[in-house]
Amino acid sequence: MLEVNININGKKYSKKVEDNILLVDFIREKIGLTGTHVGCDTSQCGACVVDIEGDTVKSCTILASQVDGKAVNTIEGLANNGELHPIQKAFQSNHALQCGFCTPGLVMSSVDLLKKNKNPSEDEIREWFEGHICRCTGYKNIIKAVQQAIDSK
Amino acid sequence: MYDFKYHKVSSLDQAIELLSSCTDPKIIAGGHTLIPTLKQRLSRPSDIIDITAIEGMRSIQTKDNKIIIGSLATHNHISQSSEVASLIPGLSYLASNIGDPQVRHKGTLGGSVANADPAADYPAAIIALNATINTIDSKYQSDDFFLDMFTTSLSPNDIIQNIEFNIPIASTYRKFKNPSSGYAMAGVFIAKFNDSIRVAVTGAASHAFRLTDLEEALDKNLSLDVLNNFEIDSSDFNDDIHASAKYRGNLIRVLLEEAINDISIT
Repeated sequence: MLEVNININGKKYSKKVEDNILLVDFIREKIGLTGTHVGCDTSQCGACVVDIEGDTVKSCTILASQVDGKAVNTIEGLANNGELHPIQKAFQSNHALQCGFCTPGLVMSSVDLLKKNKNPSEDEIREWFEGHICRCTGYKNIIKAVQQAIDSK
Repeated sequence: MYDFKYHKVSSLDQAIELLSSCTDPKIIAGGHTLIPTLKQRLSRPSDIIDITAIEGMRSIQTKDNKIIIGSLATHNHISQSSEVASLIPGLSYLASNIGDPQVRHKGTLGGSVANADPAADYPAAIIALNATINTIDSKYQSDDFFLDMFTTSLSPNDIIQNIEFNIPIASTYRKFKNPSSGYAMAGVFIAKFNDSIRVAVTGAASHAFRLTDLEEALDKNLSLDVLNNFEIDSSDFNDDIHASAKYRGNLIRVLLEEAINDISIT
């Protein structure tokens, strides 16, 4: 067991945890923020994507102890006083989800993309989503949502 | 995942001390190979030593016609470096095509090289650029480093500190990705120097290797014509559910054509 201190969505959490706990399990089970999903658990599907100090990472492939002392943002941290983040709104208005299981990761990833590339082309958006799998939508409306979020900025 | 004890070290000395005192330690950097391996219970280390808090091992510097990259530099650091992009574009392109953006944010050069996955990309660049791998204990030339599948010359308690890549006149990397994993089913790196051309292949056999006969032919005549008289011996190539050995041989020929074209026009 070791003590891990992680700032999640601006709030500091300090927990005594097993040395081998994954970040995603820390977030879901120890903190109770269940918006970050576990899809494949093999770093391929991207449902678990969170932001660690400015870069998106697959939280199923990092130990909580590796993130000790760092700041993490999850899907729950995006809305501002109940007002959805522009990318969340764009996903909603473009019907960019069906079952919604992959959506938290895709939204976190979209936020990261638009922070680093203000005006990505469709190819660049598709390339950026290489590490995400959505089995419902065929991706079309997800791409549309990101494009709309670019336009609405 | 089995239990282990996690340690975060802030110096190489601390890391070395733990490496020699723990029963069966493993180093973690990005962890993007190690953690999946642990999850599948393919490995059961007693201790995990996290070296990412050690200062000064992620820089990218240009010196004496070489680019020296710290082992903790991530694939993203390397692909975003303007120095790497302008001086060794083949290496920049290679790094920008590893895995996906989230993997590139965590995975490191040193981790990938020490792991020596037969389908990893960097070994092709390291061999073609005749890189030097600097560790705490030693210095390895690229031709002597990759020995077999997941096997290098690195001793168990050693740590890669940085890798020196020679700056070539021209460089290119061509890869055929496995559509699911993104790993190279075959990858070809060609580097052209003042006095020689080096050609390395990854993904096809138990470890990356040079095509020395082709290098000699290209030294004399840098054109696609040399491929007409060049036989690719696929007898030792990997033969698995993703591709037969013969298919890998054909992929290499196609990738060589593309790579020779790239080098001829630069």
